[in-house]
Amino acid sequence: MAKNLPLIRRKEALWGRSIIIQEIRRFFFKEGYLEVDTPLRIPAPAPESHIDAIPSDRWFLHTSPELCMKRMLAAGFERIFQICHCWRDGERGIRHLPEFTMLEWYRVDADYRDLMNDCETLIRAVAQVLGYGSICYHGMEVEIGEPWERLSVSEAFRRYSDMTMAEALEKDMFDEIMVRDIEPRLGLQKPTFIYDYPAERGALARLRKDNPTVAERFELYIGGLELANAFSELTDAGEQRSRFVQEALFRESVNRTTYPLPEKFLDELSDMPPSAGIALGVDRLVMLLLDSSSIDKVVAFTPEEL
Amino acid sequence: MYTVADLRKGLKITLDGDPYIVIAFDFAKPGKGQALYRTKMRNMINGTILDRTYRSGETFEPASLEDRKMQYLYKEDDHYCFMDNQSYEQIHVDENALGDAKNYLIDNLPVDVLLFKGKAIGVDVPNFVNLRVVQTDPWAKGDTSGSDSKPATVETGYVLRVPPFIEEGELITIDTRTGEYSTRVKG
Repeated sequence: MAKNLPLIRRKEALWGRSIIIQEIRRFFFKEGYLEVDTPLRIPAPAPESHIDAIPSDRWFLHTSPELCMKRMLAAGFERIFQICHCWRDGERGIRHLPEFTMLEWYRVDADYRDLMNDCETLIRAVAQVLGYGSICYHGMEVEIGEPWERLSVSEAFRRYSDMTMAEALEKDMFDEIMVRDIEPRLGLQKPTFIYDYPAERGALARLRKDNPTVAERFELYIGGLELANAFSELTDAGEQRSRFVQEALFRESVNRTTYPLPEKFLDELSDMPPSAGIALGVDRLVMLLLDSSSIDKVVAFTPEEL
Repeated sequence: MYTVADLRKGLKITLDGDPYIVIAFDFAKPGKGQALYRTKMRNMINGTILDRTYRSGETFEPASLEDRKMQYLYKEDDHYCFMDNQSYEQIHVDENALGDAKNYLIDNLPVDVLLFKGKAIGVDVPNFVNLRVVQTDPWAKGDTSGSDSKPATVETGYVLRVPPFIEEGELITIDTRTGEYSTRVKG
C-alpha cells in the first residue's frame, strides 16, 4: 500500500474534478470561445486594495489573467476563456489556497447580466454531466433548474443585516457584515447573484449610468459558497488609470507592496469594445459539486503537503 | 506575540487579561474585500464563548499558562487535591475547573494541571484510564432483548455503557477523550 493516504483518498474527487473541467471546456468550445493561455508571470498585476501578488524574480505571479485577457479583447478577440493557476499571497483556509485554479471568460457586446445567464447555463451543463438535477452541499439541496435569484447588495443588507449598505460602508463594517450576516444566507434554496456593489469595490468595473454610486458587478453564491465575480468592464482608460492610482495609494498607506502601473493594458484599453468578464473559482466549483468540506480535498497537493 | 496568521484551533491567547482557547477558526475574504479571520474562543476560566473577527495586522499575546505534572491525592468537599511530582507541593482545584476529568480521578492518577497566575483552571487526564466496575447487572444468558450494552458504575461514581459480558469487580479501560468503554483489562 502506498504511503500517501490523503492523496489516495482524493482519487475519486480528482476524477470528478477532471470530468468537471472537461465539461467546462466543452461548454465554451460549443459557444464559440477561443481557449487562451496567457503568461502566469507578469511585470505588473492590477493594483487592488486587498489582493497581494507573490513576487517572482522582479516580476509577479499573476493574481488573475484579467489584464492580458482584456488586452486580447482590445485586439479584436471577441470570445475568450482560460483555465489557469493564480496566486494570492496569504490566502489560506478551508475555502482558500494561495495557488488555485481560475476559470475566466470574456465576451464583447455583453454586460454583467449576460454573464449571469452564462453562469446558469454553464453550471447546469456541468451538473447534468454528473447526473445532478440539483446541488447537494453541506446538507442543503440547492435547486438549479428554475431561474436563479438576483439580489442587489443594498437589498441584501436590508434583508439580512440591521445596517444599511451606506451605514456599513461609513462605519467600515461592510466586509464583516458581508461575511458574518449575508454570505452564509446566500444561495441556499437556489443560487444567488448578488449585484451592484458599492462603486469603490469594483476597481475595474463600469459604474451604472442611472446610479453611479454602484458598479455593474456581481458575485455568484451557491450554498453560501462564493463562486464567481463578474462585471461589465470599465473601458474608459483615463478613469481606469485614476482608479489604479487610488488603489495603489491605499496599498501604500497600509504598507503593502505597490506594483508598477500596467501601462500596456492602460494604453490599449481605449481599443476595447463594451465587454463583460468573469472569474470563477474552479476548485470551489468542484468542492460544491462533489460536496467537499474543504478545498484541500479537491486538489492533488496543498502547499503544506509539498 | 502571535499574529492573525498564527490563529488555529487550540491556540491559547490572552484577551482582556483572561486566557482563551481558539475552538473554531475560519479564514474569509468576501469578494475583493479584505481578509478576515473569524474565531470562536472559549474563556479558559469561566467557559464563556466569544465570537471575534480580526483583520490582518492584528496581534495577540500568548496566554501565560503553566503546565505542571501532578498526581491526584484526594477529594475534600468540592475541592480536589493534587500534588506536584517534583516539589511535593499540594494544590486544591475547584470541581467546576475539572470538567469531565473528575470522572476518572483515582488515587495517584498522573495528570497535567494547567495553571493561570498560580490558579488551577484545568486538569488533563491520560487518554486511557483503568477503572474498576463497582455495580452492573449480571448478564442474563438467553437475553433476547438484542441490547448490546448495559449501564455500569465505576469506582469514581461515573456511569457508562459497557458490553453485557462485563461483570462487577472487573477492571475496564475507558477512553477519557470520549468517555466511552474501550476494552476489558484481563487478569
